[in-house]
Amino acid sequence: MNPNINPGKRDRLWRGVVIYLPYAWLLLFFLAPFVIVFKISFADPLLAQPPYSPLLDWTADIGSRFLATLDNYGFLLEDKLYWVSYLRSIKIAFIATVLCLLLGFPMAYAIARTPYPWRNFLLLLVILPFWTSFLLRVYAWMIMLTKQGLINSLLMKIGLINDPLQMLYTNGAVYLGIVYTYVPFMILPLYATLEKLDLDLHDAAADLGAKPWQVFCDVTIPLARPGIIAGCLLVFIPAIGEYVIPALLGGLDSLMIGRTLYDEFFVNRDWPLASAVAIVLLFILILPIMLFQQQQQEPES
Amino acid sequence: MTDSHKSTPDAPSDSPWEDSTQQPYIQIRNLSKRFDDFTAVDDISLDIYGGELFTILGGSGCGKSTLLRMLAGFETPSQGQILIDGIDITNLPAYDRPVNMMFQSYAVFPHMTVEKNVAYGLKKEKLPAAEIKERVTKILELVQLTPLAGRKPDQLSGGQQQRVALARALIKQPKVLLLDEPLAALDKKLREQTQFELINLQDQLGITFVVVTHDQEEAMTLASRIAVMDAGKFVQIGTPSEVYEFPRNHFVADFFGNINIFEGAVKASTEGLISVELKNTGTLIEARCDQALSTGTEVKIGVRPEKLLISREEPSGEGLTVTRGIVEDLAYYGNRSIYRVRSQSGRVIQVSTQNYQRSAHLLLEWDDEVFLSWDSSCSVVLTE
Repeated sequence: MNPNINPGKRDRLWRGVVIYLPYAWLLLFFLAPFVIVFKISFADPLLAQPPYSPLLDWTADIGSRFLATLDNYGFLLEDKLYWVSYLRSIKIAFIATVLCLLLGFPMAYAIARTPYPWRNFLLLLVILPFWTSFLLRVYAWMIMLTKQGLINSLLMKIGLINDPLQMLYTNGAVYLGIVYTYVPFMILPLYATLEKLDLDLHDAAADLGAKPWQVFCDVTIPLARPGIIAGCLLVFIPAIGEYVIPALLGGLDSLMIGRTLYDEFFVNRDWPLASAVAIVLLFILILPIMLFQQQQQEPES
Repeated sequence: MTDSHKSTPDAPSDSPWEDSTQQPYIQIRNLSKRFDDFTAVDDISLDIYGGELFTILGGSGCGKSTLLRMLAGFETPSQGQILIDGIDITNLPAYDRPVNMMFQSYAVFPHMTVEKNVAYGLKKEKLPAAEIKERVTKILELVQLTPLAGRKPDQLSGGQQQRVALARALIKQPKVLLLDEPLAALDKKLREQTQFELINLQDQLGITFVVVTHDQEEAMTLASRIAVMDAGKFVQIGTPSEVYEFPRNHFVADFFGNINIFEGAVKASTEGLISVELKNTGTLIEARCDQALSTGTEVKIGVRPEKLLISREEPSGEGLTVTRGIVEDLAYYGNRSIYRVRSQSGRVIQVSTQNYQRSAHLLLEWDDEVFLSWDSSCSVVLTE
């Protein structure tokens, strides 16, 4: 290092590296692909390599060089298929998020109140599924949910049902798959906030006349809000674009936007339309993220 | 400071515990709390009278916090009863007790403004909004927080947060206010101020205060009575001056400030006065003693540093115990000085004196030969 650089300058240099490295990462791996997809969404599909028209035609006159088209977005509005899969995706992701919250909150709360070293063990159990392939685990669910599967044969053995239930290829199976897969993403941020919660605050509320459920509503939930919001976003965002779970566990009526996107890209090879689908999805997701940001800033103002 | 306590309707006399016609306000009967194989509170009985500022004092782990938490309703006693105003509250949940608590951590709700924190208890009572507003306004004035009503706790200093916690606990007009280490987190100046504010407030409101603390100075300055607690039991209960001047045993004597302890055996015992021969040296010390102690009983004699007189000339007088020594160490505090004197027998005795003479020079220097003396009434006889 240059000995003429004084320590203050060197510190500033390091600070710059530390701060801007993540930005460079985001620029390279998020913004650049986004710009490419964004660009393709304004092109026309072509039977060529790449399968879309260029946005700029250098050979044309100056006035007509720019060849962008809104046809793809227009088509999204026209064809009911896209609306239906967007809305269904939102609905499935929303319900799955609520289910994850209902399931994850008590689990996170119980873990946060468990004394060490049991607490670490329980946390380990939460992240243990990540150690095997996600795909493998979904296949395992398929095996369990089939008509000859574990669950059906168990239910028949204890005499609860006479004929096997159709569980696989239903919406219920999709919810089960999404909740099963994403509940750790709900539990971990919830645990992080609930663990920090000062138990004196619970006692103080009780001391002032709050019954246990009032303590929960007045103290626990408001203070766990950052964790609730973070957990919900961590579940909702990947769930809305989920492809594998509805494809493997769902039926024909569980077509989600991820599948539509896949079909446009790889079956119809209509890259511009697929890009438009992706861009719209992104804007649907930006909305809750912006709401979250606003919520986060509120307590400080 | 306890003299400043005015009589309240609840406490017609200044020392109701001495008046057998008085009905205790809080009655704790044979209370125990066991956690697995650990007994935190061990068969305690205690009467606290209306309008008292009662302090429970002890080191960490002595069970004082568990006792307070049982009074508040956060812990269920393993055994025993708690009565307030004659009503058994042992099995009442915390939210139904006529008791409020100020937490050591203050436990101010971080997501609510000062005003909302203070109003919380009344909201749970479902009082009309107008009454809540009126009472909040009044109590915020009392603790001088009116200008900060709209602030969130993270915008307040520690002292301000404490006043929020106090206002929040007082607004429900509890019969008993529990305070857990109320001064521990404050700096020295603020402590003194808050201490007097608490005493004044208690005088004004006539609420019975039960304070838990590990700080003997805090206990002495606040309390009408102190219960000294050790290993889940009360060692001594009395007024601050009683526990300071007449400690029941070595533990209490040592807990409250400094004390010089001499070990010996009773040599002679006459009416109210015993003579103790010290181990090793054979020096005789006289002490007032109400107990009849037989000759040969092993006892400890305690003498507080400020009860000792230090002088260059040999003092004389009836009932004085005199010993000689050399100033080994001294510390000048301005208003007073502390000397560590090595006596002829080789042990170090601590003396504290008021610097009542004005002088730029030290009146006594290192290695000065001095006489130490004290009156036999100042010797504390400790049998346990």
